[in-house]
This record gives sequence, C-alpha cells and structure tokens, in this order.
Amino acid sequence: MSSETKQILTTDGIPLEVSLKKAEKKNKIKAFLLVAPLLLFLVITYIFPIGDMFMRSVDDRMVTNMLPKTFKAMDKWENLDELPPEEVYRGFYEDYKLLAENQQHGKLGQRLNKEKNGFNTITKKLFRQIKRKKIDESASLKEQINKLHKRWRDVEYWQAIKRTAPPYTASKYLKGMDMYFAADGSIAQVDEDRRIHRILWLRTLEIAFFVTLFCFFMGYPIAHLLATLPMKYSNLLMICVLLPFWTSLLVRTASWMILLQQQGIVNDFFVMIGLVADDNRPEMMYNKVGTYVAMTQILLPFMVLPLYSVMKTISPSLMRAGKSLGGTPFVAFWKVYFPLTIPGIGAGCLLVFILAIGYYITPALVGGASGTLISNQIAFHMKTTLDWSFASAMGLMLLTGVLVIYWIYNKLVGVDNIKLG
Amino acid sequence: MALPSYTETRYRIWHYIYIAICTFVFFFLIAPLFVIFPLSFNAEEFLVFSEGMKNLDPDAFSLRWYKDMVYGTKNPWGLAAKNSFIIAIFATIGSIILGTLAALGLSSRHMPYKGLIMATLISPMIVPLIISGVAIFFFMAKAGLAATHTGIVLAHIILGTPFVVITVTATLSGFDHSVTRAAASLGSNPVNTFMKITLPLILPGVISGGLFAFVTSFDEVVVVLFLAGLENTTIPIQMWTGLREQLSPTILAVATCLILLSTLILVSAELLRRRSERLRGINR
Repeated sequence: MSSETKQILTTDGIPLEVSLKKAEKKNKIKAFLLVAPLLLFLVITYIFPIGDMFMRSVDDRMVTNMLPKTFKAMDKWENLDELPPEEVYRGFYEDYKLLAENQQHGKLGQRLNKEKNGFNTITKKLFRQIKRKKIDESASLKEQINKLHKRWRDVEYWQAIKRTAPPYTASKYLKGMDMYFAADGSIAQVDEDRRIHRILWLRTLEIAFFVTLFCFFMGYPIAHLLATLPMKYSNLLMICVLLPFWTSLLVRTASWMILLQQQGIVNDFFVMIGLVADDNRPEMMYNKVGTYVAMTQILLPFMVLPLYSVMKTISPSLMRAGKSLGGTPFVAFWKVYFPLTIPGIGAGCLLVFILAIGYYITPALVGGASGTLISNQIAFHMKTTLDWSFASAMGLMLLTGVLVIYWIYNKLVGVDNIKLG
Repeated sequence: MALPSYTETRYRIWHYIYIAICTFVFFFLIAPLFVIFPLSFNAEEFLVFSEGMKNLDPDAFSLRWYKDMVYGTKNPWGLAAKNSFIIAIFATIGSIILGTLAALGLSSRHMPYKGLIMATLISPMIVPLIISGVAIFFFMAKAGLAATHTGIVLAHIILGTPFVVITVTATLSGFDHSVTRAAASLGSNPVNTFMKITLPLILPGVISGGLFAFVTSFDEVVVVLFLAGLENTTIPIQMWTGLREQLSPTILAVATCLILLSTLILVSAELLRRRSERLRGINR
C-alpha cells in the first residue's frame, strides 16, 4: 500500500496531521498572547532596567569621552616605562584645554585622583597655567608640562591616565569585595582595617543563616501542631500565624522597637524576674539582637505556611503504623514523619533565606551599626553618596547570589509549587 | 491533644515540653501586635506603660493620639492615607488584569517555554526589594515618571502581579476545561465564555491574588522610598520617617488602624479560600 491511501483527510480535504498542527499552533499563539501583555510590561519596566543596572556598574566612559585625543596619541606610546612622547602631551593639553573652557576640568581631576592620589593638585596647576595663557603652544608641550610639577615627570601618573582608557571596568565589583586594581593592573586587597564590605557580606550571610535556623526550629513544632490538631482548634491558632503575615511590616517592626527599648516590656520582665539589675538594663535594640529577634518573628510565617501545607498531606496513620511496627515515638517520627516533611523544610528554609538575605527595612530600623546588612549599604550609596554605579554593582552581586538560591529552589520544589496562605 | 492513658512518663514529659514550646512560639508571633493597642491610648507622650495605665486608672488613657492623627496640625497622615489608597487600588486593578490574563495563558497546555516564562513573571517576588527598587528607579527616572503617582502605581503592579499569577494559576489547576468547551459548542464567543463561565469560577483566586497585591502595595516602602516625592507620600513612608526620627504615639494610633485593616483582610482572605476550596470540590 502506498502512503497516500493511508493518509487521513479532514472534511475539507486537508491531511489531518497538517490540520492538527495548524490548530496546535493557533492555540500556542493564543496562549502566548494572553501572557504577552504582562511579559512585555515586565521586560520593559523591570528586566531591562536590571540590565541597565549592569551597564551602569561597568560603565567607565567618562574619561574615555573626556580625553579622546590623548588616548588616540597613546597608541604611539610604545615603551610604557618611559614618559610618553610629545604627541601624548599635546593631545592631553588640547583635551584639557577644551574641558577647561567647558568647566569640566574639575570632574576629570577628581576622577583621575581616584585612580592615583595627587592628580587633583597637578591638574589644577595646569588649569591655572592655561587660564593665565602662560603655555606657549608652538614650543614643546612636554617640556613645559613637565616643568609644572614633579609628578608630571613621574611615569606612574601617565600610566594611570592610560588605565582609564577602556570604556568598561570591573573596578566597582572589586570595590564591593574590598579589592582594587593596583598601579600595575593586578588585583590587590584593601588594607585590613578598611575591609568594610567583606564584613557586611559575611554578616548578611550569617544573619540570613541564623534567622532561617531560628525560624525552622520555631516553625516546625507549630506547623506540626497546626497540622495534627482538629480543625476547629487549628483554625483558631492559624490566625496567630496569618495575622502577623498580613500585618504591615512597619507595624511589626514598630512593636519590636517598643518591646525591646531599654525601658521596654522585655527589659521590665527581665528586671522583674531578677535576671538583670534595674540600673543595668541591656541594650537589645540597635544591635544584632534586635535584628535577629525582629526578623525571626517577621519571617516565621513564611516558614510555617509551606511546612504546614506539606504536613497536612501526611496521613496520621503512617506514624501509627511506625509505632505499631515496634518503633518508639521518636524512631517513628525520625524515620517516617521527618523524611516526608523534607520538601516543606526545603521550601520554607529557602524562602526565608532568600527573603532574609535581601532585608532592608527592619535592619535599618532596629539594627543600628552592628546589625545592618548589605541592602542597607546599597541604599546608602543610592541615597547618600550617590555612587549609583557602585550601588548597582553590589545589587547585582547580591542578585547573583539570590538567583543561585532561586535556581536550587526551583530544582528542588518548583516555582509553581509555591503556596500562599 | 489528650494523651492516651498508657503513655509512658518520659513521653508525657516530652509532650508537655512540646506544648510549652508551641505556646511560646504562638505567643512570640502574636503578642507583639497586642502591645500596640494599649499604648496607642496612652495619655502621655512616652512609649512605656505609665503607672496610671498599670493601675487601670481611666485618666491614664485618652484618645489624644487618634485626634492628633486625624486633626493634627501639619498632619501628614491624611494625604498619606489618600495617596496609599489611590495607589493601592490602581495597582491592584492593574495587577489583577495583567496577572489573570497571564495565568490563563500559563495554564493552557499549549503554552511554550512555560517554566522560563513562569520564572520571569514570578521574579519580582524573589529578587530582593532593594534591587527591584534600584532598577525600577532607574527606569522611572528615564521615563520621567519618578515622583509621580503613575510611576508608583506601575512599580506596584510589577511587585503585585506575581501574587495574582500564583493564586490564579493555583485556582486554574483544578479547573475543568470541558465547561468552556461546552460553552463554545453552545455558540458562545471566547469573551462571553470567559465573563460568564471562567471568571465566576476562578473569582476566589482572582480576589485573593488581588488582596495580596493590595497589601503588597499598601505596605510597600522600599521601592516607594526611591520613587516618591513630597507629594506622593504614603502611609508606609510616613511610618518609616516617624520610626527613624521619633517614635511618637501617633504612629501607634496609625498602627492600630493598620492592624484592624489587616484583620479585615485576613478574614476576607480566609473566607475566600474556603469558598474556593468548596467550589473546587476539595473537602477537608
């Protein structure tokens, strides 16, 4: 039999296979069109701006655009251990003169000063000479500039200018890890007493880890109780979990600020039971203790809810079976019940950890100096120092970490398994 | 949780320890919220229980901070409340429309690249708020929408849609698609089918997602801190400023109102959840 006779045709004479494929394609497009508005909206307002953050974090075009002639002339600078040739001096002089006319020379001085200390002084000196028209453009500019200050005769300063030539740089990322590009282009460590960012990264990890741990040890028993109690009691107790969950974060932080203050109720209680002396009340806020306590309470519902939804599906007869087969309650729990709750543990722990690692509001309010996290540092650079490229770089470093955890979460639990309430 | 009479002593002890731990944790979760109530009626300016309050002296209690919240001079709360409600309502509407459409598409078995798209749509929920804040700020600044209501509403739609997508997708997972086919075979067009058949059935999921979106917008402070100007101040911004500068009892009056609001939302969310489970035939 030939294949043509086997082919099934629809009523209008088109082969069924083709017709089905067409219908399938139509459905695919239909489904995609439903998702498209949100996807497009998110890509434009959210995904691209995150890409924009990346561009900002590596962008170093300022000097590149300010000194075009200098960098062009530097192509002819062959022996980098010696002072550059006359062309480079001339290029730099012309670029700088143009910047001075446009009042942009100050920015360049500051930027170069970051690259190598002492630049601001010598560029200002050059600026004054240009202003007083003391430089003779027909004579050798190399000689005249070198005469201005001994640093202009130092090859290291010219090398520093050359280092700023590439339009992109990873220096902000290095700064986020307390490292920098040394004069010879190698990566160096910041002095030990100035390594603030590494401390912050470690502290963020530490706090996120311990908050997750506390949430687990507090959340597991109550999730178990909620899942095993009869409905009418557990519904009532569930309110204790859900009310904080729905209450404003700031309200909850405010209540901790009241409780933990030195004249607060927790301290009153400690004094009452004689744990501490009345005149020696411990500081429980504006330090790590405050951050731990408040964050644990705030994130606890995110641990309890996934655990509860998993435990709810475990039949109580399994524990009974374990016990009837001779296991003590502990053995039955450990060998039967606990392994079944592992998906819930994974979900809860990763959710709490992801949320804790990017926490901002609570540490900023109750954390003080020793309880602040990397997020607070990002906000500080966004709002106070206005070093947006550095804030972007640190934000992306944090984001990379979170995405790795998210990826693991997705592998273990699947994003579509997230349950709310 | 009564124990059977044959329980050995050591398990009996364990059981009571377990109950004690649970009691402590429930107390830890809920008690902080209740500190705020009495202190918001404090007649004095300090945030500690005065001697009079401890003795239940009626003179130690007053409504002055509630009056201050409503009638106070140069009081920011009126404007903040108005802004918060306007922003949250528009953000909720936007999130519901975009999120529900996307969830309908995602639930179709013909959807290509489902995992990747789902991950993208949920990402605003996973990415730390501070990073979302920075990214959204860069966009809004370029688009000229910083310090406008529109900008904040758009930002909150970004943050709110994942919740709608998740809840509606969950509702749709138990959805019987033969009813829409039945409607189509009876001559209904797709829009009509959606409005008359699909929407009423998934409504609990849509509304509970909307509640999440509303609360997210109403509580959101990190992104708004980047975006808001003086004109767009919201309740969370005022609370944040107040908590940073000076913890005044007026804040506690506001906090009490917010707790009452969240209780209201909790009750509606619970009722919706039960209705949704009943509709989907899940009986527990």
